[in-house]
Amino acid sequence: MLGERKMREIAERVLSLSAANQTEVIIMSEDSGLTRFANSYIHQNVAERNVGLRVRAVVGKKIGVASSNDLSQEALERVVERAMTIAKLQPENPDFTSLPSPATVAEIEVFDEATASFSPEDRAKAVGLVCQLALNNGLIASGAFTTGAGELAVANSLGIFAYYSTTTADINTVIMSDDSAGYAAATAWKVGEINTEVVGAEAVGKALQTRNPRELPPGCYPVILEEYAVADMLETLAYLGFGALAVQEGRSFMVDSFGKQIMSDAISIWDDGLDPTGLPMPFDFEGVPRQRVDLIKGGVAEAVVYDSYTAGKEGRASTGHGLPAPNTHGPIPGHIFMGPGEVNKEEMLASTERGLWVTRFHYTVPVHPKLAIVTGMTRDGTFLIEKGEVAYPIKNLRFTQSYIEALANVELVGRATRLQQSWFGGVRAPALKLAEFEFTGATEF
Amino acid sequence: MRELTDRALNVAEIKGATYADIRIVRRENQSIVVKNGKVEALSQDEDQGFGVRVILNGAWGFASSSLLSLEEVERVTALAVEIARASALVKTKEVDIGPPIVYSDTYRTPVKIDPFQVPLERKIELLLAADAGMRLAEGVAVAKSNLQFVRERKGFAGSEGSFIEQEIIESGGGLEATAVGEGDVQKRSYPNSFGRHQGTAGYELIEEMDLVGNAQWVGEEAVALLTAPQCPGVVTTLILGATQLALQVHESCGHPIELDRVFGSEASYAGTSFLTTEKLGTFRYGSETVNITADATIPGGLGTFGYDDEGAPAQRVPIVKDGTFVGYLTSRETAAMLGQESNGCMRADGWNRIPLIRMTNINLEPGKWDFEDLIADTDEGIYMEMNKSWSIDDKRLNFQFGTEIAYQIKKGKLGQLYKNATYTGITPEFWAGCDAICNQKHWNVWGTPNCGKGQPQQVAHVGHGTAPARFRNVQVGVMK
Repeated sequence: MLGERKMREIAERVLSLSAANQTEVIIMSEDSGLTRFANSYIHQNVAERNVGLRVRAVVGKKIGVASSNDLSQEALERVVERAMTIAKLQPENPDFTSLPSPATVAEIEVFDEATASFSPEDRAKAVGLVCQLALNNGLIASGAFTTGAGELAVANSLGIFAYYSTTTADINTVIMSDDSAGYAAATAWKVGEINTEVVGAEAVGKALQTRNPRELPPGCYPVILEEYAVADMLETLAYLGFGALAVQEGRSFMVDSFGKQIMSDAISIWDDGLDPTGLPMPFDFEGVPRQRVDLIKGGVAEAVVYDSYTAGKEGRASTGHGLPAPNTHGPIPGHIFMGPGEVNKEEMLASTERGLWVTRFHYTVPVHPKLAIVTGMTRDGTFLIEKGEVAYPIKNLRFTQSYIEALANVELVGRATRLQQSWFGGVRAPALKLAEFEFTGATEF
Repeated sequence: MRELTDRALNVAEIKGATYADIRIVRRENQSIVVKNGKVEALSQDEDQGFGVRVILNGAWGFASSSLLSLEEVERVTALAVEIARASALVKTKEVDIGPPIVYSDTYRTPVKIDPFQVPLERKIELLLAADAGMRLAEGVAVAKSNLQFVRERKGFAGSEGSFIEQEIIESGGGLEATAVGEGDVQKRSYPNSFGRHQGTAGYELIEEMDLVGNAQWVGEEAVALLTAPQCPGVVTTLILGATQLALQVHESCGHPIELDRVFGSEASYAGTSFLTTEKLGTFRYGSETVNITADATIPGGLGTFGYDDEGAPAQRVPIVKDGTFVGYLTSRETAAMLGQESNGCMRADGWNRIPLIRMTNINLEPGKWDFEDLIADTDEGIYMEMNKSWSIDDKRLNFQFGTEIAYQIKKGKLGQLYKNATYTGITPEFWAGCDAICNQKHWNVWGTPNCGKGQPQQVAHVGHGTAPARFRNVQVGVMK
């Protein structure tokens, strides 16, 4: 860890070296470890210490970016010069307005010393508990447990300097027999909030319950989606269409939808980088404070997220969702929440005459991005429900379904929510019961 | 470099490691993206560091750092040993990497034009011209053209005595036109999907692409797709173009033959494989027309190199012979489990990742057909080209792909244009229906620069040699 003072000193050196009209510098550091296991033993066990420096030089309306992970004086000079040189070589970009100006960034505390100093031996012991649980039940454990610390500083020549440090802990596990599998995961910024035995027990339970799966024909079924599957839907929607550039380029499902009811009124989705129940991050990669943005409110399409470039095109302010430059995909929400409901999963089950219970999705990919039609598989815990009870486990199914249409047919929303790691932040989602979900194929297990 | 590698190997030995290796990697990346007449991205990145792998007490440890100094090498090597000691706390067997392999060599990607010597202004000019060509078609909302160049210099040293230095150079680029209208969004790409083809080659690869010469039809076809009817849902004969077939090979063959996946190493992330070891040598993967080879030596392939990241030499390995499954992609450790030697497929995404079994160039060997003759020989079917979406289950059986464009085939001729084309199947059933593959004239090694695997995730650059091929009785038109 470099510390705020050192990062400020590096940032000031970079800015003083630059002769560009405007300059931005991003500095990061990372110190992390990941213990991976398969066949109930630790087969890969890694650690990494890295730093990063990214300089955006603006010359008129021309922009060049250069980066390095060497923080020596020679490297700083080289990176600054490179960014300037390549900026000068290109034509002006008339859409560029300015790098952002300073604004007050909220102070948050998301660094936990115990997590930062969690050792390889600590991780091994925690993983060992999961493996032993599996072995005790005649099953095989696989998964990964990661802990680490990181820092981010963003500064620019208009006066921005923002810094924060954070810790991270995440475990995911798939536990299997020769014909079944179960999944569980947990994430937090404090390793003390993760109980690997509880996570292991959840996955073991599913692995035991999914033995002897039966075939079920594909078709349109009511479904109960656990929080893991709903988190996948939110991540996909965020990537496809909750960012301003996707709207400006005409490829988002939000185009021509603002103010309209596009999902069930039980659905509210928002992005909030300061919410302490997520994985908070107080500013974006341009140093702009993260704003809460209500994306969907009571099923109505409300807003998308902006960075300074997309905001500049519309004469509005950034919402603090900039990603590291250069970013040609546009801003994306990274701290996503779906509002909870009133019922628990047992009540959802009891209310279902005939339908499917899905633990999570696998390999979901957009088939038609503008319509948010996505295909993927079910995985690690899929069941037929009959008369309000789990009838039996089924072999996994493929779906091809518009996520927007699916969320327009919500019957019930879960009361509890679960936090999952996402692209660079987190997703907190409840379980959902949907009136219909289109399954278009099946596999052999 | 020797001073650093020697220090790591010495420290590892002193601390009791029975095996150690160190990789030092320096990577440069240049990326240019032009969108709608503006340079949207222009960046030059450099990255360096080292990673040390050790075996201690029969278990693996790995640690890495971006700081290249003797003191840091000592710290990191000691940490790798500590990590291996921790791994040994949860162990069911001892790591066995088989007999030693020792090489002392250098390798450099052969290039005609060093892409980093080509002036940036020339590259920008090329992309702006291609951009203008795409936007000649009215209805193109977003024209995107891009170039990417990579140079990776790496050194490998192992405790058995290997010392290998390599320089891998890659060039890539392409076009993508997105048309918006009629309440729809459609796109076309060239020369490969998602707007980029890439290979281990110099700037000559970009010149061969003729981006400017191909820009206008890319824009025009994107617009034409807006008003095309949707691909119908039917079980029919399917002819796949070479670039789509590259991704088919990637997902349904390249991944399930990774032996670490077969042994369960990836179960918690991307999954396992239906090609379990009792199938080796006997399983009918596809029809007798189907021959698939893994080849890390083929010039220009994106998965081509001199030595893998365990120090094993690049090799050409049969995978499917006349339809029968005959080979895996292996590492020293997994090969030892089969009583074999590694066939050189361990590749790491940079200094801060351990090597994993990755594809090299997984090639569907060419057949005998001219493309025109193949169409003429097909009474009824659909021709699909250029991947748009992909998905497969976690044992690599049930798959679904979408392509940018499709055409009806009727009485041996291409006819009606279709959009939103999709097809689905089960891997061995699909390949059993392959009855014709086009010949060498239509064969090319396509680059897939975005193959994901591992925790923490790694991205590999791999290649697939393919020519168009025909498949019988395929379900097409999944999307309603």
